[in-house]
Amino acid sequence: MSEGEGQGMSAEERQMWTTWVRERAVSALPPEKLLPDRQPSYVSSWIYVFGVVSIASLIVVVVSGMILGLKGPEWWHVSSVGHFFNSIHLWAVELFFFAMVVHLWGKFFMGAWRGGRGRTWVTGAVTFLVAIGAAFTGYLSQQNFDSQWIATQAKDGINSTGVGAFFNVTDFGQMYTFHVILLPLAIVVLVIAHVLLVRRHGVVPPYPAKARRAEPATPPPQAAAGQGGAP
Amino acid sequence: MSARSPAPASPDDAAPWPGPWVRYDLVKEFVVALVAVVALAVILTILFSSPDDPATTIQSWAKADPGDFLTTAVTELNGTSDVATYGPPYTHTSGASQEIASISPAEVVGVHIPIDTVKDYVIEPLREIPADPRLKAALAAYQAAPPKLREAWAGAFEGALPKARFVRGIPILPAGRYGPVATMMGSLLGLAQSGGLDGALVAGNHRFYETNYTKPLLFLSGGEYFAERGESQHLLGTQWGMMNETGSYPGQVWLWLYTFWYQIEPLKSSENADLLVFSIMGILSLALICIPFIPGLRALPRHLRVYRAIWREHYREVEG
Repeated sequence: MSEGEGQGMSAEERQMWTTWVRERAVSALPPEKLLPDRQPSYVSSWIYVFGVVSIASLIVVVVSGMILGLKGPEWWHVSSVGHFFNSIHLWAVELFFFAMVVHLWGKFFMGAWRGGRGRTWVTGAVTFLVAIGAAFTGYLSQQNFDSQWIATQAKDGINSTGVGAFFNVTDFGQMYTFHVILLPLAIVVLVIAHVLLVRRHGVVPPYPAKARRAEPATPPPQAAAGQGGAP
Repeated sequence: MSARSPAPASPDDAAPWPGPWVRYDLVKEFVVALVAVVALAVILTILFSSPDDPATTIQSWAKADPGDFLTTAVTELNGTSDVATYGPPYTHTSGASQEIASISPAEVVGVHIPIDTVKDYVIEPLREIPADPRLKAALAAYQAAPPKLREAWAGAFEGALPKARFVRGIPILPAGRYGPVATMMGSLLGLAQSGGLDGALVAGNHRFYETNYTKPLLFLSGGEYFAERGESQHLLGTQWGMMNETGSYPGQVWLWLYTFWYQIEPLKSSENADLLVFSIMGILSLALICIPFIPGLRALPRHLRVYRAIWREHYREVEG
């Protein structure tokens, strides 16, 4: 077993798939980038809180949903404890959407896709749309008058597109599966991808500033060194 | 990445930040956010709980408004109900589906959830009723009759329903040429009032387990009783119903834009409103995803200048 160049790794080890994946992962996201303890000085606004509040809300949604799922879809109708957890689930969903919408608008006004961050925006926007589907199937899974009404009204829109033939909103079993497995799984995968992209590319910097009021002449040399020109 | 470098006035969007860096405890921020969300959700739960209006059953409908039940049932029998004439994915009714530029996606996809309203809502449930020779004879007479005569019986029954009286839930109609339809509808009403029709529509074809409520839901939605209950809970389309919830709860407020289109002309009165609204929302959703790649739209935030409020401390520092 011969050693690799400066890495203490043999040629055989270098050819291993596991080694390749680990080296690519560590190179793309070294620990200090994956979980940094410092941020650029401009990351000092309340708007940055809503991303992490969205994730925190999602966790409460998933955990309360798992408790409801473990006890079965009828539990919350016949048990005060079940109704309590259903209420937690409902309000966590409302908080999730509130935080996510504020986060989305904040990122829009920041032009957060600049500097090669397009995929970060795309994963966030797709997460938002998939979350709408997840919430919608949740409303259909309530097994009460609300879910009956939503199903009978929504069918017309979905049927008009032809999708209703395969995504039947009046089929509780199908909607429940979408709600408790398929869509939450998609959201969790998308959120992980989104967060990793944020960590990989960092937080988008501010748009260029106006010239200093007090110093209309040349900028200080340190500031000039960092200029690259925003699109 | 020097902690002492001043913030640049025009940073490179893609390059590492050359200005000052500050301590930022992401883990602490996450834990605090999680605790805050849990606390807020518990407080909201204690204060407001969550709505749970019992589902409408066919039994409750047939008991509360037998006239409406029979009106709906007889239109299922003579093939004039909303379900019977719906088109794909339920029936083969041509020209019933919505279209844009003469293209109907529902017609293209076709019937995948077939519903035969005569068989599924009337004949098959009635066949499940045991030991009723009068009903058996009525069913045999109905099925042996030519289509024109069946339509005439059902039409006469439907026409007489507004004049019907109900004595302990049993319909009493003026004399008329209803043929076997009066017996069939009376038996169907009795089956519905006993709760038997709920089970028959969900677990048809002798199945035990069932999670598909398509047939009973479509049947329920054909009656005025169901619509009136929705209206009383401000759930109609004209009441921004898509985003509302029973009671005074926020509901799916994130669907406001979907709901909005149904409130304005020409969509409000269009026969193809659903397809048009879904098409508009599909295009807008795609645009939302693709903002970074759409010239003009991707530069909009720069012109809106809201970012100056978000990064006001940064601009104060670099602009003096």
